[in-house]
Formats: sequence, structure tokens, C-alpha cells
Amino acid sequence: MILSASVRRLLAALTGLTLLLLYLPLAVVVLNSFNTSKSLTWPPPGLTFDWWERAFHSAGARDAVGTSVEVALTATAIALVLGTLMSLALQRHDFFGKSSVNLLVILPIALPGIVTGIALNNAFRGILSLQLSIMTVIVAHATFCIVTVFNNVQARLRRMGSNFEEASADLGAGLWTTFRLVTFPQLRSALLAGGLLAFALSFDEIIVTTFTAGAGVNTLPIWILDNLFRPNQAPVVNVVAVVLILLSVVPIWIAQKISGDIDNLR
Amino acid sequence: MTVSTSAGSTSSVAAPPGTAISLRGLSKHFGDVKAVDGVDLDIADGEFFSMLGPSGSGKTTVLRLIAGFEQATEGTIDLAGEDVTSKAPFDRDVNTVFQDYALFPHMSVLDNVAYGLRVRGVKKAARRKQAEEALATVQLANLGSRRPGQLSGGQRQRVALARSIVVRPKVLLLDEPLGALDLKLREQMQVELKQLQRELGITFVFVTHDQEEALTLSDRVAVFSDGKIVQLGTPQEIYEQPSSEYVAKFVGTSNIFDSATSSRLLGREGNHALRPEKITLRAPGSPVPEGTIHAEGVITESIYLGTGHRIHVRLHDGTGIVVLEQSTGGKSDEQRGDEVLATWSVDDLVPLA
Repeated sequence: MILSASVRRLLAALTGLTLLLLYLPLAVVVLNSFNTSKSLTWPPPGLTFDWWERAFHSAGARDAVGTSVEVALTATAIALVLGTLMSLALQRHDFFGKSSVNLLVILPIALPGIVTGIALNNAFRGILSLQLSIMTVIVAHATFCIVTVFNNVQARLRRMGSNFEEASADLGAGLWTTFRLVTFPQLRSALLAGGLLAFALSFDEIIVTTFTAGAGVNTLPIWILDNLFRPNQAPVVNVVAVVLILLSVVPIWIAQKISGDIDNLR
Repeated sequence: MTVSTSAGSTSSVAAPPGTAISLRGLSKHFGDVKAVDGVDLDIADGEFFSMLGPSGSGKTTVLRLIAGFEQATEGTIDLAGEDVTSKAPFDRDVNTVFQDYALFPHMSVLDNVAYGLRVRGVKKAARRKQAEEALATVQLANLGSRRPGQLSGGQRQRVALARSIVVRPKVLLLDEPLGALDLKLREQMQVELKQLQRELGITFVFVTHDQEEALTLSDRVAVFSDGKIVQLGTPQEIYEQPSSEYVAKFVGTSNIFDSATSSRLLGREGNHALRPEKITLRAPGSPVPEGTIHAEGVITESIYLGTGHRIHVRLHDGTGIVVLEQSTGGKSDEQRGDEVLATWSVDDLVPLA
């Protein structure tokens, strides 16, 4: 489509403004992690690496990162197994109540976190009489992590069709052999994409976590919230935020590269 | 064996020895749709058998039932005398060549061909050797290291064949395997398929909607319509003696005379079919040979086909007929508007049910 010069300039300006609004705050966070002023005055009176050093030695921050990684990895692992099984069941087999199950599986991602949080809190403590711990957080996160894996695998299975699996069975392979040699290799990139998303969802989840975490279980988002308004900790929080920005760019980049590779193959 | 009680079914008749596949009262319903509706069929060992019909006639569903991809609603499937009706595809000694080939995209061509051997536990060196031999059989000896995505349609077709024959099945099921190929390649593959079947001595069950393909390749043909077999016979029987108007029209082209036209034109009761190439056109007033029926008319259209002409004639009683004239080398002198005398032998008239 051909656009007139003035329209093109207008659109370029709008695009620039939108990107600026999105990324300027992030740039401020990055700059503030080097700000010599504790109260983050603007513009920064000077630059320093002090906060980075303090953040690196902060036991609270390091523990929180460890907890978050543990929660996210375990929840993602659970989601990968259950999500794959669920999408295989719903995409390859017919059974009574199939469409209801389909809806129930994807519902957790649409439910407000606060509802999920209260419901799970009641269920864990009231009905199951469990002590809230890191395990309860993992289970809670897995409920919505399953959805991202499920959606990715479901879409891949649909696009794949059942021809390859039929061909494999036709050549004499049993169910497990077919999954191992034919289905799984074709699901790999879908599992990676779904898993990365699940990991990211779990990693910055705060509402459900607040309701399901036991005493002393501090995930990174909870630690940040606790420390943001403590006068001495604000610059350290900025450092952690910058690390998180860097860490979240990597999976996105990988995910884009994977999907790009897939497109090139087809 | 379950015996269907539906009237007119031959369910209780046991399959003769040397039968590769035996279907009895086979039905498959998808909801209210009867995709396959009471099929009885025996296919002999080493036979090249075709299932012919338009899309939706049930031929592919029968193939999928034999392969085990669909569960029969009613009836039984015997392979070499063994009831496999409720067995999984991997427990049946048949292999399928899929319409879209279904080659595993993440494996090399050689690994694709060796797959059936691999899942049977054949050692790596042995299965590589056998897979290479199978690739040589289909003339792709040096393409083993490629991916399926790097091959042409015709090459993929051959890989799919090699992958199926490497495990030496008793029966090979082919689901419109040549449908995606262009005409030249299709004709070449037809010849190769026929040769391969003769060399291997495997029973071929070939599904196609292409009547010419079915006639040229097969020992026997089953014509399908609405989930039923409407005629079963050799290609010659199917072509020369179609049992119904449906078969006469679907297999080749036919002039169909309904009851009224038959009695007026032929002096006979009932519907009749007449192949266009059985009709001869002569100049009006020519002497008419013994034992022929004749009628005068006007040429309404003459279409040049390369090998001959397709000529449309309107007889004086209003009946339109199509005549196929082979080219004799000389220039055809019949033209639109010419008066002609159409003659045909009584023997070439096929009474229809």
C-alpha cells in the first residue's frame, strides 16, 4: 500500500512515541541502578556500582531468586508432563465430556489471580489441612502453567494431524514407541515455547503466590514488593529489576529464534 | 466370527483358501452417516485389487478399516484367515501407502525406510542394509541421507513405497498414492507399481477415483457407491458389462437409453448402455450390415481429441448420442450440421438393471 509522505511521518512519530512510553521507564530503572542517591533523585547526581555489589551480596535477594527459580522450574516440569498428556487426550481421542474438559483446562488462565489465590488457600488449609509451603506455591503455579503448554502442544498436534502417528502404528510401532520416535520429536519446539512461557508466568507471579506461600517462602516478586519501600533497599531492588530485564529478554529471543527456524523448515 | 443377519448378505459364506483379506458384513457409521454399509468381499493372495468410486463413496474408509485406523461398527475383517476386527494397526500384517505419504519430516529418507525394521528390533547395520536395498528397488539408491522435505513429489511417493515394502507385509494398502503426481509421472508410476507387485507377489489393495487407473492396473475392481459395492469384476467385465447406469457412467462414458427410448429406438424393454466407440457413422442411405441397429441424425458438435473425434449427434427422434471415432490418418470429413446414419451392433448393447 502506498502512503503519502505526511501520513508516513505521522505514523513514524506515533510509533516512536509508543515505543518511548514503553521503554523509557525501563531505561530509568537501569539508570537508577547506578544512581548514587539513595532516594533515587532525578537526574542522578552521580553514578556508582555500589548497589550492584550490595545486591550481589544480599542474602535476601539471592534466596528469593533461588526460590523463584525452584518454583518456576518445578511448576514448568509438572505443566510439561500434564499439559502434554492433556492435549494428547483432547486432540487424539474421543470421550464423554471432552469439550467440558477442554474448557476446564484453559479456564485457570482466564480466572483472576485473586480468585485462584483465595480458592487454593481455602482448599489447601481448610479442606486438605496442609501447611502452606513452597510445595503449595508450586502446585498453585502449575494450575495456570499447564495452560500455556497445553495451548502450544494442542496447536502443534492439530497442525501435525494424526497421519504420522497412523503411519508409525501401521509400520508396527506401539503407542509408546510412536510417541518417543514420532510425536515427541515433532512436539519439541512447541514444548520449549510452552515451557518458556510457563516459566516466565510463574517467575513473576505475585497474587496467587501471596495466598499460597508458607512462612519464609519468598519468591523474587514478593521480596521486591517487600523491599521496594524500605529506604535503604530501593536501589538494590533496581539492580534486581535490571537483572530480571536481562533474564527475560533471553527466553523471548530463544523463543523467537525457534519459531523462526520452524518457519524456515516449512 | 460374528454373522450378520441382514437380508441378502453372504455373511455365512466362509472365505476360500488363499484369501488374503475377507470382509463380512462390514459397516462403519459416523454418527448418522453410513460411510461403509454392509460390505462383503474376498481378496485373493497376490491379487491387484482396486476399489473405485467417487469421493465419499466409502472406499477409503474400507481401506482404513482394513489397516485398523477405524473401528468397524459392524462386521468382521479377516487377514489370512485370522480375525483382526478389533486389533490395533500395529498388530496387523498390512502396510499402508498414504495419500500424502506421511513421511516423518524429522528423519532422513533412510531412517524413514528403516523405521518399520527399527520398531521390530532389527539391528542397526542390518536394517540400514535392508533399507538401502528397498530404496534401490524404487530407484532412489543415493538419496538416503536427504530429508523428505528435500524431495520431489514423485520421489516422496517412492520413499513411501519403500518404507512399506521393506517390512515385507502380506498386504499393501494404497490410498490414492498417485493422486498428487502430474500425468506423465503418474503413468510411469503405474507401470512401476504393476511391476513391483508382480515381483514381490504381495496383495495390493488400491484405492482410486480414477477409473482409467483402476482398469489398467487391476486384476479385479470393486466399484463403490454410498458405502456399498455396486459391481465387482475384472476390468473387462466392469467396462463391457456395467451392471447399472451408475457404473456405466462412472467407468468411462456411456450413452444411456432409458426405457422409453429403448423401446422406440431398439425395440427392447428396459434401460440400455452403449459405449461411444461402438457406434459407427456412415453417410445417409448407406447399406446397413446384418445384425445392426441404425438411426439417422444430425451432427451437432465435433470435437478433435488428437487420437480421434468425439462427435455429438442428435437423432431424428430427439435423442442425443455421443460417438467416439478413432483417427484413421485421413482428414475427417464429418462436420457440424451433416446428416449421418449411426449404426451399432445389437451385441454391444448392455442391458442395465
